[in-house]
Amino acid sequence: MKEISISTPINKEQIKSLKAGDSVLLSGTIYTARDAAHARICNAINNNEKLPIKIEGQIIYYAGPSPTPLGKPVGSIGPTTSSRMDSFTPQLLKLGLLGTIGKGSRSDKVVDAMVENSALYFVAIGGCAALGANCVLSCDVVAYEDLGTESIKKLVVKDLPLIVAVDSYGNDYFKDGQKKYLEGIK
Amino acid sequence: MQGIRTIKSDLITEKIAQMCIESNIILPIDVAEKIEKSILSESFTPARNILVQIKDNFNLAKIKNMPICQDTGMAIVFVEIGQNVHIMGDTLDNAINKGIAKGYTEGYLRKSIVQDPIKRINTGDNTPAIIHTSLVKGDNITLSFMPKGFGSENMSALAMLNPADGIKGVRNFVISSVIKAGANPCPPIIVGVGIGGDFEKCALLAKQALLGDINTPNPDEFYANEEEYLLAEINKTGIGPQGLGGKTTALAVKILSYPTHIAGLPVAVNIGCHVTRHITTII
Repeated sequence: MKEISISTPINKEQIKSLKAGDSVLLSGTIYTARDAAHARICNAINNNEKLPIKIEGQIIYYAGPSPTPLGKPVGSIGPTTSSRMDSFTPQLLKLGLLGTIGKGSRSDKVVDAMVENSALYFVAIGGCAALGANCVLSCDVVAYEDLGTESIKKLVVKDLPLIVAVDSYGNDYFKDGQKKYLEGIK
Repeated sequence: MQGIRTIKSDLITEKIAQMCIESNIILPIDVAEKIEKSILSESFTPARNILVQIKDNFNLAKIKNMPICQDTGMAIVFVEIGQNVHIMGDTLDNAINKGIAKGYTEGYLRKSIVQDPIKRINTGDNTPAIIHTSLVKGDNITLSFMPKGFGSENMSALAMLNPADGIKGVRNFVISSVIKAGANPCPPIIVGVGIGGDFEKCALLAKQALLGDINTPNPDEFYANEEEYLLAEINKTGIGPQGLGGKTTALAVKILSYPTHIAGLPVAVNIGCHVTRHITTII
């Protein structure tokens, strides 16, 4: 399995070169945000308030890690179900969000908005949170600390294994992967 | 009182705290072995790579003494209390919730519970638990603990079928629920099916079905055959590990049934992810 190493910040050229089904090792800075943080961010956008992080050019990881034990950079960390963020994502893509990381498929609306804004959706393997923790160098709360595990955290990661699930052309590896398997066993 | 055994509530608290930590770090052996076997039977290379990653993860969690999955669940506790037991100290519910708070705090487990489903303020210690209590013969307390992740819980479903729908209706509902769940519940999944009872009883049966050893078939041959049939059909859908294609969509289908009303055929599907955790202790 060929793995493509990429580092943040990522640019549009890199985004366009990645295809659904590609295995990627991601390094650099990303931010966590899940249900409650998305609700607050989008509420702030709608009210023209200052956002806690710059969305443009970033990658958001849908994750709420377990607490950080003493002496470790982070607790167990893996993706949560992305579709719960579907209603918020087009708004963030419009602001220049370049990538999202989660598990499970996305709505057609999100895929359309990804094509329109040239963005990527990666999946991390759900439930593989001990392996995920191994790839995190540091984890710092940067906003909404009161939300606990749902706060926005800045993560510095090294070689986080991901799969491109939806590419910037709208190819969906959930559909393609299942089709490829079923055709192979015919 | 003659023949009555007194159990201190502190002991229940202590046991629950230990169970919270252990169950979140060590995958039950039946689930772990089934995943290892599935690597050998999975013909689709991308799917096999995912299954290997899943195996590496639960092995690493055990070595590093950390949660297998960051979603350390809502605490589901099944308690069987011998009728000759007297609990001294806290009420049973308080003793259990104290144990949950202790285990989730000391074990660095994620606190995922909000006080109110609409207002959504985190309780901070993963309490309260969902507690199912039953009275049985004897003077023991059997505690079963299941930390239930909500990626899979959210994909669960219930239907009040008509008696005329029969086993075909049940099959259709189970398979369509799994297809609808798709990639979201972190396949390969374990499918708990409750058939019969009433509205809440069949949901409870579906959850209890996820507690047992996945290699032990239903004692009724009819349902044992259905478990096998449904597993084979689910593994023909092509959903595969994480929904990215492959044979290994489910590791097991477990059915529990109960008498029901002449007018009804309730059926519930409770989905467990590949990190379906459970642990039982007898006091």
